[in-house]
Amino acid sequence: MTHILRAPLENSILQQLKAGDEVLVQGTVYAARDAAHQKMIAALESGDQLPFDITGQIIYYVGPCPAPPGRIIGSAGPTTSSRMDVYTPALLARGLKAMIGKGDRSQIVKDAMIKYGAVYLAAVGGAGVYLSRRITSVEIVAYPELGPEALLKMEFKDFPCIVAIDNQGNSVYKSWT
Amino acid sequence: MRIVDVEKIKEAVSKAVITANTQLPADVLEGLQKARDLETVPRARRLLEIILENARQAQEEGMPLCQDTGLVTVHIELGQEVHLDGGNVYQAINQGVREGYKAGYFRASMVKDPLNRINTGDNTPAIVHLELTDGEEVVITVFPKGAGSENMSRTAMLKPAEGWAGARQFVVETVRIANANPCPPIIVGVGMGGNLEKACFLAKKALLRPINRPHPDPKIAEKEAELLQAINQLGIGPQGLGGDITALAVNMEVYPTHIASLPVAVSLNCHSTRRAVVKI
Repeated sequence: MTHILRAPLENSILQQLKAGDEVLVQGTVYAARDAAHQKMIAALESGDQLPFDITGQIIYYVGPCPAPPGRIIGSAGPTTSSRMDVYTPALLARGLKAMIGKGDRSQIVKDAMIKYGAVYLAAVGGAGVYLSRRITSVEIVAYPELGPEALLKMEFKDFPCIVAIDNQGNSVYKSWT
Repeated sequence: MRIVDVEKIKEAVSKAVITANTQLPADVLEGLQKARDLETVPRARRLLEIILENARQAQEEGMPLCQDTGLVTVHIELGQEVHLDGGNVYQAINQGVREGYKAGYFRASMVKDPLNRINTGDNTPAIVHLELTDGEEVVITVFPKGAGSENMSRTAMLKPAEGWAGARQFVVETVRIANANPCPPIIVGVGMGGNLEKACFLAKKALLRPINRPHPDPKIAEKEAELLQAINQLGIGPQGLGGDITALAVNMEVYPTHIASLPVAVSLNCHSTRRAVVKI
């Protein structure tokens, strides 16, 4: 069975998701990676607001290629999520409900996901063209000076993911510990 | 003596970065097709299908295989009978990268300073390795590599007493620690011997060899096969979501080393391997 996810996400939907399930993400997703995360956390630490209302939202870890002529975006596959681990708990505490990336997360992130009831989704790393075809609109929300690392608002249509870590902390990734 | 204008090198680099970023090398494409046919886990097979579909779309549309169009390494084998004319060869190479990345609509992924981290805006500078060879030929290999796999590289200065068992354990452990991050199925480059920088360089050089070409020395080819088998027993699988195929190949290069040293370097390459070779 394939779940459909559309932000803002409700706990009742997230509770149905189990690690390994397939999902199609629809609608609004915010794109942010290393530098945009650093700026968002700096904003929170100095008492400022985030550039968007994060309640129930989804963040996609991506730094897309520029759009070639006739397209709205270039290749846009997921980047390695663990680099964002250090910033993630603070965003989960403010209502972030799902993240899309690739690779495992730290125990601190998993604990925060359980605490705040969030899920982590894996998209196919390296399938940049394939995934870009499922993005139907892109606009810059903040930090245009970061170039490929700017904070973007995207619209997805049938964007395929696998639930990598569910809101109980179950993971699809192999662990050797 | 043959005179080569550096403008030619610029043009070759510019074309090669576009080819490398939009077309999988034939050996890697074949390796992925073979992996899909051998893989027994249904989800893993579906992921390999998506990866192959992505490669088809990238080539058809001239779009980059992956949004991380990488840091560009340029290996130049320069015949020592060649005289380079018309300007500075490093500037020509960087201009080639700049023009190719702009023309291809590729991402600029380089920052000026490792701490200040301001994007240079044109994906330069490249890292250039110059090697002198016999004759009059200039062979340019461009190797753009993404950071997802690059960040999982590891090097060890083992004790000679640890021998092959120690080296083997280190290589397999590197792949295990990397897990899903380097976008498996990966290609594993191993450099053994030399010193610190030589081992690292050999690990990278190993990744430039087509994956359907085992090392010419059968003893080393045997070690490559042994490592591949051990790595695929980890069960990490495509995208780290479980499966039979974690690596498509292990390529290893060796070099003489010091009586007290056993350097081992491991460089992992994602399934979206970018390399292109041009001869001038």
